[in-house]
Amino acid sequence: MSDKLLEVQDLKTYFTITKGVVKAVDGVSFYVNKGESIGLVGESGCGKTTTALSVTKLLPNEGYIDSGKIIFDGKDITNLGDKELSNFRWKEVSMIFQGAMNALNPVKRVCDQIVEAILLHEDVTKKEAMERVKELFELVELDTNLMFSFPHEFSGGMRQRAIIAMALACNPKLIIGDEPTTALDVMVQAQILDLINDLRKKLHMSMIMITHDLSIITETCDRIAVMYAGKIVEMGNTQEVVENCFHPYTEKLINAFPNIYQERKMVDSIPGDPPDLYNPPKGCRFAPRCHKKIGDICDSVEPTLIDYSGKEHFVACHLRRNS
Amino acid sequence: MSENIVELSNLEVNFKIRQGFVNEYIKRDKKTVRAVDKINLNIGRGEIVSLVGESGSGKTTTGRAILQLTPTTCGDILFDGQEIKTKDKQYMKKFRERAQMIFQDPYQSLNPRFTVFEIVTEPLILTNKKASIAEKEMLAIEALEFAGLKPAIEYLYRYPHELSGGQRQRVSIATCFIMAPEFIVADEPVSMLDASVRADILKLFVNMKEQKGTSFLFITHDLALAWLISNRIAIMYLGKIMECGPADIIAGGCMHPYSQALTSVLAMVGEKRKTERIVLKDETPSPLFIPSGCRFHPRCPVARPECKEKEPEYREISPGHFIHCHYPQKII
Repeated sequence: MSDKLLEVQDLKTYFTITKGVVKAVDGVSFYVNKGESIGLVGESGCGKTTTALSVTKLLPNEGYIDSGKIIFDGKDITNLGDKELSNFRWKEVSMIFQGAMNALNPVKRVCDQIVEAILLHEDVTKKEAMERVKELFELVELDTNLMFSFPHEFSGGMRQRAIIAMALACNPKLIIGDEPTTALDVMVQAQILDLINDLRKKLHMSMIMITHDLSIITETCDRIAVMYAGKIVEMGNTQEVVENCFHPYTEKLINAFPNIYQERKMVDSIPGDPPDLYNPPKGCRFAPRCHKKIGDICDSVEPTLIDYSGKEHFVACHLRRNS
Repeated sequence: MSENIVELSNLEVNFKIRQGFVNEYIKRDKKTVRAVDKINLNIGRGEIVSLVGESGSGKTTTGRAILQLTPTTCGDILFDGQEIKTKDKQYMKKFRERAQMIFQDPYQSLNPRFTVFEIVTEPLILTNKKASIAEKEMLAIEALEFAGLKPAIEYLYRYPHELSGGQRQRVSIATCFIMAPEFIVADEPVSMLDASVRADILKLFVNMKEQKGTSFLFITHDLALAWLISNRIAIMYLGKIMECGPADIIAGGCMHPYSQALTSVLAMVGEKRKTERIVLKDETPSPLFIPSGCRFHPRCPVARPECKEKEPEYREISPGHFIHCHYPQKII
């Protein structure tokens, strides 16, 4: 068996709207090794959440996978039926959602919500499931006396812990975190990131971390994939990409975060807006906003993701080919 | 003209909370939440002061209290050297022109049924009632162009839903700018925006400060951004200012254990950690039950017995650097 837990090949996820088709994810390929974490980073609307939803097959009705393959643990799951899917979710892949406030049912006790998920996927009695919830609460460092509380009695950080507990309920091999710490305070965010890192080590899970905050990825992920307008523009080892980034977009994105240990200078912004994915530009999608454009080739030919350095550092940019 | 545009001394804002029918009926005393607890802060002319803190620390309440959008319990607010709490309607009308607020969420702060032109020129009702449409358009165009919506004429008759988040925030800034205020409270103005447009909005503030001498109270939870644009930073915890000083203290000059913990967990892109992270245990206590003595003592890594009993004074440890701690020390 290979080391690759999840392999996504040339994934194209489209949405139908009244006037046509929006290409939200357009030819994305990446893989996640066992026990590894990869971060997807990009601006809002670049397709990072859609990529994750395609993997878990949770796309809304208008969305569909046009082409491409998703291989999980050696098995092609692109065209699984509903029944097989329900076995696949939770047990193989589970998701931590963005809004900790909205991801829990407000009229059900927290433990009941987790028990519900366990009973649906595993052949256990309710009592055993309750025991499992207790273990999970201990795992995420929540007071087990709070098991029978309602979500509104929890603070934001506690809710996020409960959601992590829920995601771990059926021992998944892969966890997808969709902006798991965005709505939280700095200190609580640090606590949750520590927790996720510890749990990943303890349980040998793989993780896909989706965020717009680069600094979170440098803290938690082994590899990073930078997305822009439905495509991956740069991918590789986190440290390698951050230190030797090549794509002009990555460069701009990194410079958009202030560094308090360096000289105080205004951070960068990227002029212009991301392209309309209903009618994306023909060549490189970043070309209209790019500050290093080299000429017509950028407007007409779409660059492909190529590993130029031989260190698994992939870049999709014409400039790189020339230099 | 006084030196400071805003001076807060011992400002306190309490909220009474509802607690059910029975307790109301027997007229039991209502519980009070001390959202802002006797804070002192000055904002100089042409200065950007950042108020940083976690949610529930009282930073937004402070901003709203300065603009008299929330009634204050006690303490003084001096605006341009004058106490504003006792002023009459006439003065307040003038005050509303001179002090403005920018809100956090550009998706909710703009009226969806107004065009950009109507939104931007609405404040003129207050000052310039007789202006003709053409005059108003001129002013709106000037304001929008300053806020970076170019060419402004294209945006004038659009509705908010046609604009992106960054553009909406620019419209709110234009609305604020059209009054040429002396003082602006910006409440988390960039927290809803992408990193790529954030910088442009921040630059607008810096430009406004440099060109027009506008003073700002910049409310944020992001220490790094506060450091980037402000002259001074005040760090709040549970309604009190824990530390206040020049912005540079963030990069290693903090003396309060809380601010040091906050700076230690900041992650910098492309920079290895120089110091160990101090992740505080538990969560901020409820403002209903503020701990005795120093309110930070239950979570403080270097608390001593005295901290539990006596509330520290807010004192100046070096020129311009104030601290609310018995034993300021370096812990990282």
